[in-house]
Amino acid sequence: MQPIIRCRELGKVYRMGDNRIQALAGVSVEIAAGDFVAVMGPSGSGKSTFMNLLGCLDRPSSGEYVLAGRAVAELPDDELAALRNRYIGFVFQSFNLLARTSALDNVALPLVYAGVPAKERRERAEAMLEQVGLAGRAAHHPAQLSGGQQQRVAIARALVTRPIIILADEPTGALDSRTSLEIMALLQRLNRGSMTIVLVTHEPEVACFARRVLRFRDGHIAGDQINTPEDAARLLEAEKVPA
Amino acid sequence: MNLGALLKVALRALAVNKLRSALTMLGIIIGVGAVIVMIAVGAGAQARVEEQIRSLGSNLLLVISGATTAGGVRLGFGSNLTLSEDDATTLSRELPEVTAAPALRGSAQVVWGNQNWSTVIFGITPEYLEVRQWELVAGRSFEPADMAGAAKVCLIGATVAKQLFGGADPLDQVIRIRRVPFTVIGVLDTKGQSMMGTDQDDLVLMPLHTARKRVLGVGTLAKQRSVGTIWIKVRDGYDMKAAEDQVRRLLRQRHRLQPGQDDDFSLRNLAEVAAAQEASSRVLAMLLAAVASVSLVVGGIGIMNIMLVSVTERTREIGLRMAVGARMRDILGQFLVEAVTLSLIGGLVGVALGVGSAFAIGQFAGWRIELDLEAVALAVAFAFAIGVFFGFYPARKAARLNPVEALRFE
Repeated sequence: MQPIIRCRELGKVYRMGDNRIQALAGVSVEIAAGDFVAVMGPSGSGKSTFMNLLGCLDRPSSGEYVLAGRAVAELPDDELAALRNRYIGFVFQSFNLLARTSALDNVALPLVYAGVPAKERRERAEAMLEQVGLAGRAAHHPAQLSGGQQQRVAIARALVTRPIIILADEPTGALDSRTSLEIMALLQRLNRGSMTIVLVTHEPEVACFARRVLRFRDGHIAGDQINTPEDAARLLEAEKVPA
Repeated sequence: MNLGALLKVALRALAVNKLRSALTMLGIIIGVGAVIVMIAVGAGAQARVEEQIRSLGSNLLLVISGATTAGGVRLGFGSNLTLSEDDATTLSRELPEVTAAPALRGSAQVVWGNQNWSTVIFGITPEYLEVRQWELVAGRSFEPADMAGAAKVCLIGATVAKQLFGGADPLDQVIRIRRVPFTVIGVLDTKGQSMMGTDQDDLVLMPLHTARKRVLGVGTLAKQRSVGTIWIKVRDGYDMKAAEDQVRRLLRQRHRLQPGQDDDFSLRNLAEVAAAQEASSRVLAMLLAAVASVSLVVGGIGIMNIMLVSVTERTREIGLRMAVGARMRDILGQFLVEAVTLSLIGGLVGVALGVGSAFAIGQFAGWRIELDLEAVALAVAFAFAIGVFFGFYPARKAARLNPVEALRFE
């Protein structure tokens, strides 16, 4: 499969007062369409910086980043925003849903910025909620949903613009192990439907569901290995039996 | 994002903190309300002054007899009757643009039955009624025969009619003025207070000769034709200043004053006095509105303050919106529309409050209130501008947030 992400000698330097902090030092990696990559590493290893760059939330200090055939490094802010809107779906550890806003409106939010008309926004958001198993919760506000349900709303929001890649930053970090398993099962299902997923985690129990594991240390990739993923859905089934 | 969507987002955000939004609006509400009330009161005061000018009669010049000097003691204007009826006749004849009306003034006790009242007596010619724009509400005016024959007839002002006659009909009644019986032939229309606050309706008008001979009794023969004042009306379309110069030149000539010698009369341009008064009332109205608009600006600062707090509180929301594709101008628009919505809703409530208060003030304080749509529109537009002005900085701050840091913000 062709790579949808190609990084060459990606570097990022932060300046804090007189200190220069080399957060990322020459990362070169390609991610193929349909892959499921877990990014691991201790805090300060550069994995978050790497994700921010992949997500077009930030620009590299050096190197080259090509997303879906477009060189991103030099694009102006508004075009980065358009890229994020069209190509990337974000899933965060803390869900980042808008409070006092219905699940449906939360899911439809990216479509507002894509200029999609209201009626179509609604239909697409409804379809996405159904896909993550929350068809009956469209009118609920985040506070009325469990953590797992909130994260599924967030995943629906990430999917609604039909992105080419999902970037998930510790998506199970705020969830208990069973709910985590459900979320991983959902992500695996999406991946089997050919969605490319990059996931940041520091938990090996989460990384084991990915097909490929990138290990970061001190701003560069220290390990890149193919993984035979566990099947989260089957683990869920197995857990159910004794219960 | 289009405006409708932005507005919906703004309204929802404002509804989250209803009390805070309401308190923030309060500044604008009070500001707009105060501006509207002040403009209404100021315009009302101005309208009253204009009305008084109209009641005085526009285009008026007033000539007052000169001062006497007796043994080094200089008395005021009018103490020496240097003007005469003939001055007035000459002015009317020589200057086609003016009508001159001589008048002799004095005060006397008037008596009818068991009622009496002290009032001002004017000995006049019929031109006086024209120049001062007196209308009659009852009876007739003086006829040439009354003037020539020094008839004992008079016109009375509304105040005199009320004080002497109460509800009775004054027409054809005989009143005594300094023991001389006068027949009331007419009642003057009401003019109300003058700009100086004196009651213009408290007067009795009688033919000039009657006043001179029978009531005010100007002593010496030399003063047989003298008068205290000459009222001069300048016809429409003529320049007041030029007419004033003409009158002065003619009077100096008639009084045989040498160049360099002081006038033996005083010439006043009443329109100028009125204009000065109008100008001062306009300044006052503007001052009031300016003070009120200060409170609008303070309200604007309140909006800015709350918007800054709101941007900080919603940093993560801003980060998220940026992550899912909001451009800088989307965020800028969102917060700007929110600020403007605050100020506009405040402005509209303020209009309602201001209009209501203005009417209440008119009703209870008895002040005259003038409300025009222009002032209301101006206040709303000002509120809008304040929303934009004070909303811009917080909105720009929001739009310039770095998405990575905004998402990580705790």
